Amino acid sequence: MGGPTYGRVIAVQDGDALVWTETGTVRVACAGALPPVGAWVSAADGRFEVLSAPLGAFPQPDGDWQWMREEGARRARALELRARVVRAVREHLDARGFLEVETPLAVPSPGLDLHLDAVQVDARRWLVTSPEYQMKRLVAAGFPRVYQICRCFRANEAGTLHEPEFTMLEWYRAFAGSAEVMRDTEELVADVVRRATGGTALPSPRAHVDVAPPWERLTVREAFDRYAGASADELSRDEERFFQTLVESVEPHLGRSKPTFLIGYPASMASLARLDPSDPTIADRFEAYVDGIEVCNGFGELVDAREQRARLEADQRKRRDAAKPVYPIDERFLAALEEGMPPSGGNALGLDRLVMLATGATAIADVVAIPAARS
Amino acid sequence: MYDTSDIRKGVKITMDGNPYVVVDFQFVKPGKGQAFTRTKLRNMITGNVVDRTFKTGEKLEKADLEERQMQYLYLEGEHYVFMDTSTYEQVRLNHAQMADNKHYLQDGMLVDVLLFEGNPIGVTPPIFVELKVTSTEPGFKGDTSGGTTKPATLETGLLVQVPLFVNEGETLRIDTRTASYVERVKK
Repeated sequence: MGGPTYGRVIAVQDGDALVWTETGTVRVACAGALPPVGAWVSAADGRFEVLSAPLGAFPQPDGDWQWMREEGARRARALELRARVVRAVREHLDARGFLEVETPLAVPSPGLDLHLDAVQVDARRWLVTSPEYQMKRLVAAGFPRVYQICRCFRANEAGTLHEPEFTMLEWYRAFAGSAEVMRDTEELVADVVRRATGGTALPSPRAHVDVAPPWERLTVREAFDRYAGASADELSRDEERFFQTLVESVEPHLGRSKPTFLIGYPASMASLARLDPSDPTIADRFEAYVDGIEVCNGFGELVDAREQRARLEADQRKRRDAAKPVYPIDERFLAALEEGMPPSGGNALGLDRLVMLATGATAIADVVAIPAARS
Repeated sequence: MYDTSDIRKGVKITMDGNPYVVVDFQFVKPGKGQAFTRTKLRNMITGNVVDRTFKTGEKLEKADLEERQMQYLYLEGEHYVFMDTSTYEQVRLNHAQMADNKHYLQDGMLVDVLLFEGNPIGVTPPIFVELKVTSTEPGFKGDTSGGTTKPATLETGLLVQVPLFVNEGETLRIDTRTASYVERVKK
């Protein structure tokens, strides 16, 4: 005989108890008194010891038990695969000489992007929308290859592909630009998907996509011309129309059989990227799309302190004009650029979305242990 | 007024003078860029489904819709006439507006008439209606086709699949949501 069975009584029938255990639901004949439904028990030789009994009804209408178990094996499998993906990411980057770091999540400036709203912690600190400034300071301080897996917080972003609190994988590589980081990205994603699923073809419902490198490289100009019949240069003068065309007509077509790197963003949308060394009308910036889903945003980083300050001040003005909170400029970040940062490439990849690809999930809430809506 | 954060499946809005119901929606936002809500909207008059993307914060007009219980009176030319039995107000719907629901109408039947800005645009019949079989093949003997149903035409012209034992002249209960046979009714 093995030891006692540990589990939860989910029903009693005909003198037997149905006990949920880690490895499955088992029927246990009951020799003594029947345990209450919902109780955590240890059972041996038909005798039940109640370890913990529910206070009220079981399951409660909005209780965690029912929610987590209602999709049963599917959710458990997604969380196991998520753990495997995170492990594979670490193994992949560790083997390539990247140092894993953790930087503060409560910071003096959460980034000044017009379209990102941060969560305020106290009078002087906000939660990161991305750990970008802190990681670049590490690169400037002499760590040429660093990566981080951390929570990022973006207020008011919730949907099938957005959680207001999500997990970001960011990495930086010194003495490189976006071309090298795109190669890092396709190798990383292919390796992680292979380790998690056994192959590079994605599981259903994205079985038509194979993430094996090399991925497609498509300029913003070509993409707008091909899928929207529109000029990206013209549209980029009106940001609203540019983004509306992007989400309505372009994004749904990207990464349909193999992932697509969208490259060559208009210089006005450089964000924290340098301008392309060979064409100053475009930014050294890329995003990768898989089956219409954006999974990352990468840069050949802007390391010119003067230009960076000018852009941050312009971003502050835009936020003021839009009546949005104007966050401070991160002076330690600028000081690091003033001291000198080597030319570098970096990428920010939504880890939850990578897990979605590896598991076949269609909603981000299905691959996080507890989504924000149930926090 | 709604704004984009109110968008959910089933929300009804007015756009270009037409009532639409949200059948699907998605929050979309490029990592570096403006947020939108992508929707699929069904025109409640024509049934057409359209894709429409709204900017975050954009205002949407709530559809002015009202459902009123009315009694079916009669068919007058091309129009079905209904009456609100408390106000005696009458409304008329044409064939297109009635769509398949005309197959469930019986004299004096109470239905829910959907009004958009005061004008009737459709009806919802009771979930179950009872209709007489006007024609169907006799129950087959030694049926070898393997099928367990056969077609039957009901008194209003509706065609449904019924079990083999159903005969002409019998009354059937029909589920109007799926236009399908439920059971035989003894009359």
